[in-house]
Amino acid sequence: MSTDFRFAVNVLPKPGILDPQGRAVEGSLGHLGIDGVSAVRVGRRVELTVTASGEAEARATAERLAGELLSNPLIEAFRVELLGATSSTTSAASTGASRA
Amino acid sequence: MSVRIGVVVFPGSNCDRDTTHALALAGAEPVELWHEQASLEGVAGVILPGGLAYGDYLRAGVIARFSPVMRSVAAFAADGGLVLGICNGFQVLAEAGLVPGALLRNRGLRFLGRDVRIAVEQADTPFTHLAGERRPLRMPIAHGEGCYYADAATLDDLEATGRVLFRYVRSDGSTAGEADDPANPNGSLRAIAGVRNAAGNVAGLMPHPERASEGLLGSDDGFGLIRSFVESAAAGAAATTAVGTEVGAR
Repeated sequence: MSTDFRFAVNVLPKPGILDPQGRAVEGSLGHLGIDGVSAVRVGRRVELTVTASGEAEARATAERLAGELLSNPLIEAFRVELLGATSSTTSAASTGASRA
Repeated sequence: MSVRIGVVVFPGSNCDRDTTHALALAGAEPVELWHEQASLEGVAGVILPGGLAYGDYLRAGVIARFSPVMRSVAAFAADGGLVLGICNGFQVLAEAGLVPGALLRNRGLRFLGRDVRIAVEQADTPFTHLAGERRPLRMPIAHGEGCYYADAATLDDLEATGRVLFRYVRSDGSTAGEADDPANPNGSLRAIAGVRNAAGNVAGLMPHPERASEGLLGSDDGFGLIRSFVESAAAGAAATTAVGTEVGAR
């Protein structure tokens, strides 16, 4: 039986890589009257569902996607986070039910 | 017979017509290559034009990298074929790993469309040998992600091996600074505007030589680069034909 694994892939510029967006956000904090915030980095979060027979297999797929497509290894690092898992057939049935 | 040069058309390419126009001016026969086709139709060189391939979704150039035509372009490049990426085409080549480095968001965060000046750092390459005596070259940029990045070791290696083809320069020809120098529009490291691969047959640059290829456009400083590419591709095609004839004669 297969399971739907929901993952979040968090992509951030690697340490030391220029991050003008992070710098711009940091620069704006003063205008809000907020002190004590530093090292702002702006990245990207991608959520996706992988259908597989087990978590290890699903995670391997998500890791491969993250490394080859969702991030550029020269400039970005990623972290894959499991959000939850549901039985594939159950979720298909519930989708059908909600549509009906 | 004029040499056939392929111009790849991705959904979102917007300099493909400018590029075919400049190629025709230089005496080549441009051949448009649709992104879904795997055949390069026997062209002698390939140009990846500017634009926003696949909407530049995710990261500029990354989705284009996985298109059928790019698999063929990668094979063509591995075989020694001449490939030039302009602007978005440079981003596609960098994402595909066909040229070193990456293009980051401009330091000023803004999309920039204006003229810049670049110096030809290597004059004896297939991409630059007809660049002419005019220095520096003035041509437009139009990009939001053009800040050239590679780690320090790679940058040192690129410089040591003559793989930095173009740099942003000031109007007096001196190399632009990295930060807070308007002559370096996007904050590229070491003011790098264009590079080539180790084999020397694949190059990319952010400025648009095809948009500066005739006096009517305000500058023809870029035309020498287009002519260099066409002539080099033609020479390569002639050499291949000669070899083919020789083999056939045996």
